[in-house]
Amino acid sequence: MSDARGHGATLAEKVLSRASGLDHVVPGQIVEGSVDLAMMHEQGAQTVAPFHQMGAVKVWDPDRVVIAIDHWVPASTEGAAVLHRILRKFAAETGLTHFYDVGRHGICHQILAENGWVVPGDLAVGTDSHTNMLGAMGSVSAGIGPTEMAAVLALGRLWLKVPPTIQVRVRGSFGKGVTAKDLVLRVLGEVRTTGATYKAVEFTGPTIRGLSMPERFTICNMTTEMGAKTGIVGPDEKTFEYLAKTAKHPMHPMTADSDAQYERTIDIAVDGMPPMVACPYSPDNVRPLTDVVREHVKVDQVFLGSCTNARIEDLREGAALMKGRKVAHGVRFIVSPASTPIYDQCLHEGIIETFTDAGAVFTNSSCSACFGGNMGILAPDEVCASSSNRNFPGRMGAKEARIYLMSPAAVVATAIKGEIADPRELL
Amino acid sequence: MKDVIEGRVWTLGADVDTDQIISGKYLTIIDPDELKKHVFEIALPEFAHEARAGDIIVADENFACGSSREHAPQAMRAIGVGAVVADSFARIFYRNAINLGIPTVEARGVHAIFEKGDTARIEMTSGRVTNLRTGASVSFPPLPHHLLDLLEAGGLVEKVRRELEARAAGGSPP
Repeated sequence: MSDARGHGATLAEKVLSRASGLDHVVPGQIVEGSVDLAMMHEQGAQTVAPFHQMGAVKVWDPDRVVIAIDHWVPASTEGAAVLHRILRKFAAETGLTHFYDVGRHGICHQILAENGWVVPGDLAVGTDSHTNMLGAMGSVSAGIGPTEMAAVLALGRLWLKVPPTIQVRVRGSFGKGVTAKDLVLRVLGEVRTTGATYKAVEFTGPTIRGLSMPERFTICNMTTEMGAKTGIVGPDEKTFEYLAKTAKHPMHPMTADSDAQYERTIDIAVDGMPPMVACPYSPDNVRPLTDVVREHVKVDQVFLGSCTNARIEDLREGAALMKGRKVAHGVRFIVSPASTPIYDQCLHEGIIETFTDAGAVFTNSSCSACFGGNMGILAPDEVCASSSNRNFPGRMGAKEARIYLMSPAAVVATAIKGEIADPRELL
Repeated sequence: MKDVIEGRVWTLGADVDTDQIISGKYLTIIDPDELKKHVFEIALPEFAHEARAGDIIVADENFACGSSREHAPQAMRAIGVGAVVADSFARIFYRNAINLGIPTVEARGVHAIFEKGDTARIEMTSGRVTNLRTGASVSFPPLPHHLLDLLEAGGLVEKVRRELEARAAGGSPP
């Protein structure tokens, strides 16, 4: 629907209009947005000092704040133990009861998703860059730093520059062994790591409508690597069904106007698209997997985990390939589910056994090897195939280590072969 | 915040991500004086030992992309970095740095006019960065008032503190 500007609004513009209480907003405009949900992980420990320095005493709305520790769970260093203790103390003092502590833990974004903490129309912020993932709910969800989070906890709002929106319109059907991860890597190859800086990336088109919520989480998750403020997908029946039993607050579903003005539209047809891989040392260094397979890239470690790709669907897909096969000699294969409920589900379905029988290590839920600070750390010159989201120098340990980002199916195929492999060879 | 900032320059390339500024293994450190020993360990290993208060960082595109870790600008603040100038910034770092009161300037083409050790002069309100050795300069759109106010206050903590104080006193926010 057109307004006085002569064109309609993108979904991100609509969400930010609501958040700022304005009839409409335009890209570049600075607005004050009311926050619907604020999330902190360990970095939230650094929110406590600025919160007190601001002279704040009360949190604006304790029922809109979630704490989910995930980077070092259970604490693997004394430093991490101190961060956890700071958060527990702060939560107790300020009445923050939605604390996903050790035993109920999971990767913060997965905790928000599976517990319905972010719903259509929300403005959500979190102290982690991959908060973008929750844009898959039809929300604007962005990462912020801990000082900014202190202001959000005190005031319940923050300033935002209304982003221009890039539309990624996708049609066609995935071939066998090709996944939403391959799609988002393909988009990254085109948008590059700077192409969406300060912008929103809205995914539209029939292929996106056909994606499950977990697949939408994967594609919105990696808009962070494009520099985006948020990824976003218009809510539909799948969104409502996903949230039916869990939504923690009222939804305000919105969709983009048909005459919305996008800064740029990228059309992608996925018919015939091969699996993709992001090669060292950037998530936008994307090549067809088949090209890299020909180079016989031997791996030392394989990681199936992270907020990008460690949901039950990813682990089921991986286990189906793993069943009856072995991890290649000399390869360390680490599998880390995205949340404790997913861990339990894996236990129930025999997925843990499938992986451990094959020679993998199945860990408790955490960010695990993804960020190079907890476990599964790489030595200089080692090579890792990973279902995670970043492969910059030093991301998973030594700065010389080389990380290849791929789909869950492709990392499992790689663990079996001992070198970068195409999952379609196993199907 | 000073309107004119001058300082010795350190240069960095494009896509210097937050892992190259403060590696993941240091994220449990919350003491800025401890953090500053590790700043730019991967991207510019000599920086932590040789940098002085007032030095200016000049980078190419997409500076500090990657994680939301505020450790990166905190470590720079602890060293006393006078300003960070880049062709472009990743959005979370940009917010974090300004929230901490570090003058942060996006100036297209800036990395091309500087070499390590040059002296930079930044005019915040008129929007110009000059290399005092070569005379080369680039202009930039001055920061929006909202952000200049934030820097003027010395960062977000002070700005919110004043707002809460005014609220408690029954007045309207400044």
